[in-house]
Amino acid sequence: MNVYLGQHEPGELKTRLYIATGIAISIFFLLIMRLWFLQIWKGKEFKELSENNRIRLIRTIAPRGLIMDRTGKTIVENRPAFHLAIIPEDVKDWTKIKKILPNIIDIPEEDIEFKINQAKERPSFQAIKVKDDLTWEEIARVETFRLDIPGIALEIEPRRVYPFGDAASHIIGYLGEIDEQQIKKLKQVNYMPGDFIGKYGIEYQLEKYLRGIGGGRQIEVDAVGREIRLLKKITPAQGYRVYLTIDMDTQLAASRAMKDKVGAVIAMDPQNGKILAAVSSPSFDPNLFASGIDKEQWKNIISNPFRVMETKFTQGQYPPASTFKLITAAAALEDGVITPSTKIYAGESFWFGNKEFRDWKPGGHGIIDLHRAIVESSDTFFYQVGLKVGIDRLAYYAKGFGLGRKTGIHLINEKAGLVPSGKWKKDTYGAKWYEGDTISVSVGQGYLIATPLQMLNAYAAIANGGKLYLPQLIDMVETQAGEIVRRFTPQEIGRVPVSPSNLKLLQSALKGVVNEDGGTGMSAQLPGISVAGKTGTAQVVRLKENLPRKKPKDFPYEQRDHAWFVGFAPAENPEIAVAVIVEHGGFGAEAAIPVAREVIQAYLKKSGVKSLPTNASQVKTFGDRSIGGQETEMQTPEADTAIATKTEEPESND
Amino acid sequence: MIDRRLLLHFDWVVFFLTIVLSVIGIINIYSATLTDGAAAFYTKQLVWLFIGIACMLIITFINYIHLEGFAYHIYGASVFLLVATILFGRTSAGATRWLNTGFVSFQPSEFAKIAIIIILAKYFNTVKIPAKGLSLKDLILPSILVFVPFILIARQPDMGTAILIFFIFASMVVFAKVRWKTLLGITAVSLPSIPLGWHFLKDYQKARLMSFLDPTMDPLGTGYHILQSKIAIGSGGVMGNGFTHGTQGQLRFLPEHHTDFIFSVLAEEWGFAGSFIVLTLYFILILWGLHIAQNAKDRLGTFLAFGVSFMFLWHTVINIGMVTGMLPVVGVPLPFMSYGGSFLLTTMIGAGILANVSMRRFIF
Repeated sequence: MNVYLGQHEPGELKTRLYIATGIAISIFFLLIMRLWFLQIWKGKEFKELSENNRIRLIRTIAPRGLIMDRTGKTIVENRPAFHLAIIPEDVKDWTKIKKILPNIIDIPEEDIEFKINQAKERPSFQAIKVKDDLTWEEIARVETFRLDIPGIALEIEPRRVYPFGDAASHIIGYLGEIDEQQIKKLKQVNYMPGDFIGKYGIEYQLEKYLRGIGGGRQIEVDAVGREIRLLKKITPAQGYRVYLTIDMDTQLAASRAMKDKVGAVIAMDPQNGKILAAVSSPSFDPNLFASGIDKEQWKNIISNPFRVMETKFTQGQYPPASTFKLITAAAALEDGVITPSTKIYAGESFWFGNKEFRDWKPGGHGIIDLHRAIVESSDTFFYQVGLKVGIDRLAYYAKGFGLGRKTGIHLINEKAGLVPSGKWKKDTYGAKWYEGDTISVSVGQGYLIATPLQMLNAYAAIANGGKLYLPQLIDMVETQAGEIVRRFTPQEIGRVPVSPSNLKLLQSALKGVVNEDGGTGMSAQLPGISVAGKTGTAQVVRLKENLPRKKPKDFPYEQRDHAWFVGFAPAENPEIAVAVIVEHGGFGAEAAIPVAREVIQAYLKKSGVKSLPTNASQVKTFGDRSIGGQETEMQTPEADTAIATKTEEPESND
Repeated sequence: MIDRRLLLHFDWVVFFLTIVLSVIGIINIYSATLTDGAAAFYTKQLVWLFIGIACMLIITFINYIHLEGFAYHIYGASVFLLVATILFGRTSAGATRWLNTGFVSFQPSEFAKIAIIIILAKYFNTVKIPAKGLSLKDLILPSILVFVPFILIARQPDMGTAILIFFIFASMVVFAKVRWKTLLGITAVSLPSIPLGWHFLKDYQKARLMSFLDPTMDPLGTGYHILQSKIAIGSGGVMGNGFTHGTQGQLRFLPEHHTDFIFSVLAEEWGFAGSFIVLTLYFILILWGLHIAQNAKDRLGTFLAFGVSFMFLWHTVINIGMVTGMLPVVGVPLPFMSYGGSFLLTTMIGAGILANVSMRRFIF
């Protein structure tokens, strides 16, 4: 194995080892020289720097970027907040400070004591924050007493303000103090404990653009902690400006319309998927979070039974009820189960096996075609049609309209809803799919659930000729100088599997719902604007007895139905699509339509749409009706009794 | 079975120097982390030291001929662990360097250094080196062998270790003798590629290099650390501020004070006297290592001892150069003293190899 022996080695290796040793010794001397230079030659200088002229680094937090609506109106901004701090090093008389402070600012003496004790371990030049966000009166008093009690200081910090309060909080989101885990994750980007960070909504999604770049001051201070010299100053750079797709006027109208209601409204430009307004009710005021929410307020928010922190337009999953009938209709037309002229007897109830499936309308609708069935929202018509289409094809079309999967909107924790199928039921419940289940699904009940956003997107696709867009909340991000950093363009994420001629039929039926006699959505008519849309009433509780329908008010709140309206306007050339859900609102027409009207009106008034009324007399009849009032009487309430009423047992004839 | 002659020739110099340096390290880690509260870094490091001593003794008594025999196995295992790190490694602060085995996590990149020293020693032992020196063709195989772990480590990213591996490789190649023309050629080709490499660096790495070239450019970020480190070392003066009395270290002006900047803590608290003694101990160890290479009974031993000595040399030079502001901050720890189990084990294994070669110089 000693192949190398006998060569001219290792003599030469030895020489090179001497050279290596020489190199090592030279390096050793070089390092010793360097240490001698730093520690002995310059030692005194560095000693002074270290002891008398300690260099300190003071961070300055950058103001967050502004958030604007589509028109450039500022909807989130910053204001200066003043904090009172004590710098222990500079304090001459501790007892005096503890005595005077409670008199000039609103803080109990124990709190001051506690905060001082808490900071005992820290170096004495570090300021102790005593009180956050002083009032103007407090600031004035502090300024007056500042010279009498050395050691106190005012610190200015930018603070987030939401001038519109709770109007758009589920979109904009809120800030909160960064937590341990986030700090670990984000240490590279210079986050520190106590920093505020976006926790939800746009504030969270665009944190990296909104945050800005913190600055700092490197200063030399003397032994007492007084600043002697500013070595270097870096001004913080404010975060980027964000333009949202929402229109604040429409948003405000939506927020007003949802006041005292539980549910959600969301509106979109059907031609490009841009969200125009989105309200989840009840809402919260993000201003409460801007300086750290206190325990009491937080408890109030999370103990609210109407789920304040839930974003109902993306996280609320409801049976789409009658609004789903359009999809059943599309499936039936496309699969050739019926033609537009097929007429079916749609009576008071439909018997399947030994079970009765009832229609909402006493007496039924008679022999009707698809158009009328949608206009009048016949249940028995769609029971029969849906049954023929079958669950697998219904599921196929439901998915084709975007149900059962997340739309991909830039908001976290979006829910996907559920499109059931035979296989799904087997996997989940281990039970067989019954045709009775299909009957329920064909009118949007049963296992089927969807978010308001999904229904909105599906109807926007009907309105725009079949395109499903990615719902878009952010228009663009630009620097302070106006340079565009990121622009979000409309993104088509799919096409509904429906032919253009069938889409036309659906559009005209939706128009009929609002504009034809006997239509369930007639109260959605607006002066000068032709509205198209569909109502829905989602059952919350299975009715065990075959009881006559009662008025919603006669039920306990939590048993009342959810009210839906999904539609668009102007019907001919849609500029806005809107979906409304009012939880336990009763009939769709009663609770949801007024909200949709407000939103459509607010937006179209602004965009200056003067679409010609299709029927002049209608405008006269319904034009100047106020919302509420006698309107209720004129409405045609509709409901779907999609669940068998006679027996709790599943179909036994299967 | 252990040959009795081995015990007679046991290398006490290597053994004592490594333990003395490690204990000095633990004393300084104790002081550096005193104000950090809960986590007792020094006790953990003490446990690692005991494991390290055990590893060192085990390595010492396995004849290094076997290291050559298993060179490819060791190398393969090392590359496997690096790949595993990329796939399953734990990411912290933007870098994926840690492999978690359930009860203990370690950095495979540290052990890769030893694997590379062994495999290069094996290569230069077996390849026939012409009188003029190695040609470019002879360098292809070792280059590939080094490049694989190098790139795996560089993309973690762990620039410090990657640079170190390159330095070990370059030293061993030059030591084995390369043709002058080849050497000049490689240098001529690689110099212009440096600007290209710039693009592959992470932002924070670029910032470190830039602030080294001009520390006033970023006094709040990286430049600030270099300045604070220099203040710490300089303010130590001749005799230092005394144990646990270094204000720079205690007041947390120093970054990474128990790992990469441990020498600054030592220099601040023990002054020029302390840093001179410690630096001297390092160089006695390195020179002793080169002495072992001189007297090794065969070429394999010479190359192993040389590789390990130069690993120590580069670590020491780059780390101290870095904390004294002579070199950019690249994240290279100081052997035996910096906090970190994987690194301590690696250096102890290296010391074991030195002792191993040393003890067998009379045994044929």
